[in-house]
Amino acid sequence: MTILTISKKQFEKDIGKIDDSMQDKIAMFGTPVEYINNEEIAIEIFPNRPDLLAYQNYKFSFLSFLGKNTGLKKLSVNKPERNYQVIVDKSVNDVRPYTVCAVVKNLKFDDEKIKEIIDIQEKLHLTLGRKRKKAAIGIYPMEKIKLPINYGAKNPKDIKFIPLDETREMDGTQILQRHPTGREYAYLLEGSDKFPFFSDANNEVMSMPPIINSNKTGKISSDTKEIFIECSGFDINILNKILNILCFALAEMGGKIYQTNLKYSTKTLVSPDFEPLKMRLSLKNTNKLLGLKLKENEVKKLLEKMGYSYSNGKVLVPPYRSDVLHEVDLIEDIAIAYGYDNFIPAIPEISTTGKINSGEIFKEKISEILLGLGLLETSSYHLTTKEFQLIKMNKKQEVIEVKDSKTEYSILRNDLSHYLLKIFYENPDVEYPQDIFQLGKVFVINGDDIKEEERLAIGLAPGNFTRLKQIIDYLGNNIGKEFSFGVPNDFPEQFVEGRVAEVKLNGKPLGYFGEVHPKILKNFKIKMPVALLEINLEELFNTIQNNS
Amino acid sequence: MGMQELIESLSPMEKKVIPFLSLSNFDEIVKKSQLDRVSALRALEFLNSKEVIDLKIEKKKVIDLGINGIYYRKKGLPERQLLIICEKEPISLGNAQKQARLSDNEFKAALGALKKKALVDIKNGRIIFTGDKSDIVKKSLEEQFIEILPIEFDALSPEQKFAFDKLKERKDIVIVNENQVVSFVLTKLGQGLIKEDLSSVGNLIEEITSDMVQKESWKGKKFRRYDIISKVPKITGGKRHFVNQSISYGRRVWSEMGFQEMTGSLIQESFWNFDSLFTAQDHPVRELQDTFFLGKERSLPERKIVESTKKAHEHGVDGSLGWQYKWNEKDAEKLVLRTHTTALSSRTLYELSKLPKEKRRGKFFAIGKCFRNETVDWSHGFEFNQTEGIVIDSEADFQHLLGYLKEFFTKMGFPKVRFRPAYFPYTEPSVEIDVYHPEKKRWLELGGAGIFRPEVTIPLLGEWVPVLAWGPGFDRVLMDYYEIKDLRELYKNDIKQLRNTKIWIK
Repeated sequence: MTILTISKKQFEKDIGKIDDSMQDKIAMFGTPVEYINNEEIAIEIFPNRPDLLAYQNYKFSFLSFLGKNTGLKKLSVNKPERNYQVIVDKSVNDVRPYTVCAVVKNLKFDDEKIKEIIDIQEKLHLTLGRKRKKAAIGIYPMEKIKLPINYGAKNPKDIKFIPLDETREMDGTQILQRHPTGREYAYLLEGSDKFPFFSDANNEVMSMPPIINSNKTGKISSDTKEIFIECSGFDINILNKILNILCFALAEMGGKIYQTNLKYSTKTLVSPDFEPLKMRLSLKNTNKLLGLKLKENEVKKLLEKMGYSYSNGKVLVPPYRSDVLHEVDLIEDIAIAYGYDNFIPAIPEISTTGKINSGEIFKEKISEILLGLGLLETSSYHLTTKEFQLIKMNKKQEVIEVKDSKTEYSILRNDLSHYLLKIFYENPDVEYPQDIFQLGKVFVINGDDIKEEERLAIGLAPGNFTRLKQIIDYLGNNIGKEFSFGVPNDFPEQFVEGRVAEVKLNGKPLGYFGEVHPKILKNFKIKMPVALLEINLEELFNTIQNNS
Repeated sequence: MGMQELIESLSPMEKKVIPFLSLSNFDEIVKKSQLDRVSALRALEFLNSKEVIDLKIEKKKVIDLGINGIYYRKKGLPERQLLIICEKEPISLGNAQKQARLSDNEFKAALGALKKKALVDIKNGRIIFTGDKSDIVKKSLEEQFIEILPIEFDALSPEQKFAFDKLKERKDIVIVNENQVVSFVLTKLGQGLIKEDLSSVGNLIEEITSDMVQKESWKGKKFRRYDIISKVPKITGGKRHFVNQSISYGRRVWSEMGFQEMTGSLIQESFWNFDSLFTAQDHPVRELQDTFFLGKERSLPERKIVESTKKAHEHGVDGSLGWQYKWNEKDAEKLVLRTHTTALSSRTLYELSKLPKEKRRGKFFAIGKCFRNETVDWSHGFEFNQTEGIVIDSEADFQHLLGYLKEFFTKMGFPKVRFRPAYFPYTEPSVEIDVYHPEKKRWLELGGAGIFRPEVTIPLLGEWVPVLAWGPGFDRVLMDYYEIKDLRELYKNDIKQLRNTKIWIK
């Protein structure tokens, strides 16, 4: 979840008083209020609107939604001045192939504004930049660098500079090993024999993206009036969007935007590019999808509230929007401008027949029979621990592990029995008899694949062979099936030998039941004798399905 | 109740104690009635509820002798035994202990006690009597105290309290028992009752036996009236797990609304869980720290759908721009524990695509377990329940989406529903559903819904038809009903709690 926090004072000065109605409006704009206190208001920004992560952009977009200065926001951009040039060496092709850049002048920074810029940069790194993997941003004071700029890649040992918050010069490899930021993002460059870098016309290294800037050239201060911005990464579309988001925010702060020439080995590009995307919109599709009867001029007004412009079936999309892929994205924004609270929920008259899955009905019936005998249903996690599934059960077998589990529940359960014993283990002081059962899926290794199986397990404490067999008989009678029993071929050593039976239906084995061996009970610290059953329900269900 | 009815309601036990009620002394009643203390007390409790007596049962702390205390009362405290030996002449420590026959601990305690009272002193390893001879015959406070035991704690004098505090630090000399002190007075009704002839009603029938019924031996006799108010021992029975009770109800609601149930595997290929739902392969949800990956792969379905999904991601379909990256088939093969039941919806759409065009419609639902790689606390867990629904209908629109959701949540007990803009990669428009909690007076966020994007529907179904879809969480609704505040309680299997929770009635 990404949060934009705004000083309450600032918000009320720029936009309006934060009362209940304002909070509703904020939520209905698609940016729910996370919290409000005396100092600040925190607003959740969904991943499709990274442009709103900059307060400056949020302000003009939300005001437009409220009806102030609606329509496409035009931002004038100045042609590149002499030297506003970035030379992209083809050595970056394999490491970090693209960069787009801009120069912004006429800025007035104070500590607040600098904080705001760093904050936007970090949030864009996290979201659109996918933690700097896809895109990373560098901002440099113009007074500290000399244009034109070079973007290239070389052996990390040869990239030498003093990184931010350091006093000594380090090379690329040392930065990844020793600098805190270097260590955090080292995985993004590990394995490359060349690291990317920016350097200026004096051959001073400005930064090593996506890791860190130079302490000398990569720090803006309250004296900074002009900046150079670069954005490097793998997806030039995303890079352009990020640059545009930053430029729009800086322009709101009073900045004047200048383009730069990007000299790639095969072509020359110019960035930033504020040309809006043109997209077709059908009035018919809009009304059909939303269930409304909007007229063209109404649609135009709604689109303008969301920062678009519209004429003759064509929509101009603001250049900072990265989420508008299809007409439906425009239609959603029309719905937001119309107000989700203004739609009238309706259920159409289409006749369909409802149906509950027959396997689920079967499980309900099985449990009804057992409830009639006074058994209590329990329910456990599908993930379990090796401690309970293997060690306490005296089992040694292959397990199905989930990757990087954040808890000790790190394997998929392959039986329900160990969970029933765990329940007895956790309820030593609750009144006996504890007669319990559980229905659910277990996961069984099946060659290279995993099979899911519906099971039934019953546990009686205190319990014995006879009482459990009576229950199985009763269950069989009630579903019109006669189980047969046999001595298991493979004696399951969790049971007492001679007191465990294999349950079969039409000759097919379904599972086991019997008296649990005291050595297992001891592992679980259970003081009562326990009888346990676990059978596969799918076989049973299939034979019943086939009969009916 | 009249006197006659009162007499008819007396149990044999009560009748045994009534003749001795005038003694007003519980111990006497126990002795005379020949009942054990527990039965006699129960009889008094019954008579109390019939307002025959006014019964008071108080818990009182009573100090009594411990195991060592019983012995010392007979033989004298260790310090007395030691004093007897050393008052005549100085004696070595070892000899004194031997002669007094004291254990190390006793000897130490005894010596300490005597030294404190300045009766003895130790010089050169010998005990020398230094007190006044007249002190020897005086009984110490401790000695006096053990002689008067038992005594009520509340009745201790300051000297006795002092002696008790000293003695309780020593091993097993005194113990404190919690005793029940039973006292009662006869009420006016009781005073009348004890004058009555209890045998006037004859022999009353207690339990009705099968023999009585068959031989009709009850005829001409009276049945004793039972105390219908007093408490009986509790029993418990079989019950479905409360989560499953609520899921059963949810199932019924959807089927009543004309929805067919979808079921399916908990393990899904990333293809069905993510790719077919237009979730880009570098989306954060597809990282190990969000989703449970199993380290195994399964091959993808037929080429046609794989190719159209690839196209949707790379360049878009139906005029969409797509995500504009290189889609990797290998990533789509990776098995995960499903992160949402929407994986079932994408499979259902694909199955429908195999039917003739006019049959590609319907309403489907699912309620089931989903997984995410989370740490566990009161509001987070790695397993949760979601309820899923899709409506495939060429005439369906956004207002219908809101209509179905409002109807479902009204039936789940939340008639006031609010819809807010939201974002999911696979729906557009997207909706966040809030329900109003009348008692907490605030909105609860329940989860998402929307209309599937063309990039989802066209590859899966083979054509563009509006597909309404939703997947709000289910646990929050049931936790609210059962007044559970901590998610960890859902699968804790506390048998006492399972036996005592109310059942789902809706």
